[in-house]
Amino acid sequence: MEQARTVVEMRNITKRFPGIVANDNVNFKLSKGEIHALLGENGAGKSTLMNILFGLYQPEEGEIFVNEQEVAIDGPNKAIKLGIGMVHQHFKLVHPFTVTENIILGSEPKKWLGLAVNKKLAYEQVGNLSKQYGLNVDPYARIDEISVGMQQRVEILKTLYRGADILIFDEPTAVLTPQEISELLVIMRNLVQQGKSIVLITHKLKEIMAIADTVTIVRRGKVIDSLPVAGTNPNQLAEKMVGREVSLKLDKKVAVLGDPVLEVKDLVVKGRSGLNALNETSFVLKRGEILGIAGVEGNGQSELIEALTGLRSVAAGSIRISGVEVAGESPRKISEAGISLIPEDRHKHGLVLDFPVRENMVLETYYQPQFNKNGFMDFDAIDEHATRLVKEFDVRTPTIMTEARALSGGNQQKAIIAREVDKNPDVLIAAQPTRGLDVGAIEFIHKRLVEQRNMGKAVLLVSYELEEILQLSDRIAVIYEGRIVGEVNPAETNDQELGLMMTDYKQPQGGSNIEQAD
Amino acid sequence: MNKLIKAFTKESAVVPFIAILLGLLLGAVIMLIGGYDPILAYKSLLEKVFGNPYDFGETLTAITPLIFTGLAVAFAFRTGLFNIGAEGQFIMGMTGATIIGVSVHLPWYIHAPLAVLVGAFFGGFWGMIAGYLKAARGVNEVITTIMLNWIALHLSNYIINDYLLEPGKGRSYMVDDSAAVTIGWLSRILDDARIHWGMFFAILAVIFYYVFLWKTKQGFELRVVGSNADAARYAGINVNKGIIKAMFISGTLAGLAGVFQVLGVFLNQAVSASPTGYGFDGIAVALLGGNTPIGVFLGAILFGTLSYGAAGMSFGADVPPEIIRIVIGSVIFFVAAPGIIRWFIKRTFGKKRKGEVI
Repeated sequence: MEQARTVVEMRNITKRFPGIVANDNVNFKLSKGEIHALLGENGAGKSTLMNILFGLYQPEEGEIFVNEQEVAIDGPNKAIKLGIGMVHQHFKLVHPFTVTENIILGSEPKKWLGLAVNKKLAYEQVGNLSKQYGLNVDPYARIDEISVGMQQRVEILKTLYRGADILIFDEPTAVLTPQEISELLVIMRNLVQQGKSIVLITHKLKEIMAIADTVTIVRRGKVIDSLPVAGTNPNQLAEKMVGREVSLKLDKKVAVLGDPVLEVKDLVVKGRSGLNALNETSFVLKRGEILGIAGVEGNGQSELIEALTGLRSVAAGSIRISGVEVAGESPRKISEAGISLIPEDRHKHGLVLDFPVRENMVLETYYQPQFNKNGFMDFDAIDEHATRLVKEFDVRTPTIMTEARALSGGNQQKAIIAREVDKNPDVLIAAQPTRGLDVGAIEFIHKRLVEQRNMGKAVLLVSYELEEILQLSDRIAVIYEGRIVGEVNPAETNDQELGLMMTDYKQPQGGSNIEQAD
Repeated sequence: MNKLIKAFTKESAVVPFIAILLGLLLGAVIMLIGGYDPILAYKSLLEKVFGNPYDFGETLTAITPLIFTGLAVAFAFRTGLFNIGAEGQFIMGMTGATIIGVSVHLPWYIHAPLAVLVGAFFGGFWGMIAGYLKAARGVNEVITTIMLNWIALHLSNYIINDYLLEPGKGRSYMVDDSAAVTIGWLSRILDDARIHWGMFFAILAVIFYYVFLWKTKQGFELRVVGSNADAARYAGINVNKGIIKAMFISGTLAGLAGVFQVLGVFLNQAVSASPTGYGFDGIAVALLGGNTPIGVFLGAILFGTLSYGAAGMSFGADVPPEIIRIVIGSVIFFVAAPGIIRWFIKRTFGKKRKGEVI
C-alpha cells in the first residue's frame, strides 16, 4: 500500500498569550486514516494547537495545510467547511431537545421552500449515520434521557452530519465509565476504517497504547517528539511528557492495619430526587489502610461523601468516628471529630476561587484561636501557615496573595490536600483526587495519600477511575445503586470483573464477603 | 510609590474613570441634540457645587445618604445577596428615628443616640426579614426586598399620618432639639447649609465596611458565603445564619442613611407618595464603586455631586434636570459594561495585535 496521504499539516505554529507562549514553533502532521494522539500535561499547549486547527484561535506565525492546500481558518465555520469537526470535552447540547434536533441545529434540512424543517428526513439521516458508524444512538431520544456516553456520541454524530473527515476529540474519556471507554475505542476504530482521520487529545497513556497509531508529545508549548505508538512504551511516553523520570508504579509497602476508625452501619440517605441514594450501606475503615469505593458515577458516591461530612442529612443508620456517633452532626463538628475531605469538585467545594491562597488555606480553621484574636483575623499567623504549606506541598504559586483562580488545576489540588492533611485527620476522604490532572500531579497526590496511610491514617478513596482504585487501594468496595455490592482484594481482581460488578450486581468469586460493622 | 502607580494604571481603576468620561460625553451629545450648550451646562454644574460655601455644604449633605445606601447594597453584594431593599430599609430607618425623635423627651446625650440606634435597628430588622425569608423559605431576596420597599413606604406613611402628624401639615411633628444631630457651628460657617454628624458617621461606616469584611472573623465568614456558598457549607460556616446577619447589617447601613436624613437634615418626616430614591441610587453607587470601600465612597461623591449640581445646570444653562439623570444613567451603563470600555481602551491606547485573544 502506498504511503498514507497527509490530510492536515501545521507548520511552525506559534501562538502567544499574555505572559506565555502556548505553542512555540509547533509542527504537526495528520495522515489519512490514522488515530493520532496528542499527549501532554495540562497547559502544555495541546488544546491550544487543536483550537487553532478548529479556528477558535488565530496563530501569530505558521501555516496550516488541509489536503495539501494552504488555508486560513478564521473560525469554526471555516473549519467545518474544510471537513474538520471537534468533539469538545464539555458537550454543547440543548437538553430538552431530541438527539436529532441537536444534531441538525444550524444546518437543518428544509422543506416548503425553506420555510419549515424537514424533520422526517432529518430523523432518517441521523438514524442512517448512526447505523453506518455503529454508534447505536436513538434519534428520537431526548438528551436529558440519555447517558453521558450517549451524549458524547451525539456530539460525534454532529460532526459527521456536517461532513467532517477529520475529527478532533478533546479528552473524550474523562467523563466515561470503563465500559463506555471501550465502546468509544471501538467507535473510533470504526471511524478510521471508514476513512476518517482522528486527533485524540489526552493525557492518559493507557488509551494511547490501546488505540493510537501515532503519538505527538507536547511539553511547554513545544513538540518533544512524534513517533509511532508501536515502537514505544508507557514509561518512555510519560518521561517525554513530564520531562523527567516518572514512576507509574507506586511503591506501596504492605498495609499495617490498626483499629477501626470509621464505622458506617446501615446508612440510609435521601438523594436530590427524594429517593434513597444510599440503601443501608455498611462498611468499616481501619487505620493504616486505603479503602477504595469503586462504582459508576451517580450510584450514591456523592451522597455518601456528603453524609460522611455532614453536608447531607442522614435518614437512618449510624456513622462512628473512633467510636463516637457523628451521623447528622454539623460539618464543623465532624471536621473536628477527625474527618478531612478532598472534595470531588475542587472549584465548587474545595476553594473560594476569588480568595487568595492564604485565605483558602484557613477556610476550615480560620475560627480557631491560632488564626484569630478577639474576633479579628491574625494575618501574620495565617501568612506563616500558608507559606509553610505552600513550601511543604510544593504548591506552585507566585505568592500566597495570588487568587486561587490563577493556579493550575494541579496546584489548586495540592493546595487543598495541603490544607486537609494539615488538619491532621484520622480519616481522609479523597473524592476523585486526581480528576483532570496530569501525570506529574497525579504521582504527587498518590504519594501523599499513601504517605497518610503509612502514617496510620485511614483513607477512603472514592474514584470513578478504576486504574486509580486498583493502584491505590488495599481493599475495594463496589457501590451500585446505593449499596455496597461486594468487596474485593485489588491483587485478585481486574478491570473487567470490577466493571461488571459496577454495572450489574455480581458477586465476586472467592471468599471475600461484605464486611459488616458490628 | 510603585504600588500607587500600579493601582492607578490597573484596568480596574481605569475603567470607571473612562466610563465617567464617556458618560459625560454622551450627556454632552444629548444636550447638543436638544439644543443646549453642554460646556455651559457642565460649567454651571461645577459652579453650583463649588461656587459658594452653602452649595458646597449642601452637596456634602446630598452625598452622605448615598455613602450609606451604597455601602448597604455593596455589603449585601459581597455576601452574595442583591439587596434592592435599601429603599425600604432607608424609610424604616427614617421612621424609627422620627418615632423616637418626636415621641420621647430625654436629655440630648441619651435622646440622639437612642434615636440613631432605634432607626438603625428598624432598617436592620427590615433587611433581616428578607434575609430570614431567603434562609428559611428559600424566597429570592430580590422579590422580597422589592415588596418590602412598598410595605415600608405605606407602613411609615400610616405611622406618621395616624400618630405623629402635625395638624395641617403633610409631615410629622419636628423632632426634639435633643434628638437632632446637626452641627450648628459648621452650618454657620457654610452659610447655613444643613451639616450634620451623619457625614462623619458615613466615613466611619466606610472604615467599618473595610475592617469588618476584610479583617474580622465574621467578615471572613460572610465573604466566603458570598463568594462560594458551597465551599462555605463544607467549611462549616452556617450559610443561612450568614445570610440573615448580612441582611441585618446591610439594612442597618441603609437605615442609618434614613436616620441622618431625619435627625440631621429635615428634622421631620414627610408623608410621601413615592419612594425617596436614595436606596435605588445606592445600587448604582455600589455598582459604580465595584463594591470596594473606596469605590463606594468615590461613587457616592460623584453621584451626589451630579445630582446636586443638576439644579445648577437647569438654572445656568436651562438644561432640564432629566438630562443629568441621562448622564448618570450612561455612566452606570458604561461601568456595567466594562467590555465596551476595554474595547475602547484597546482601540485608543493599545497597539493592535493581530489575532489577540482576551
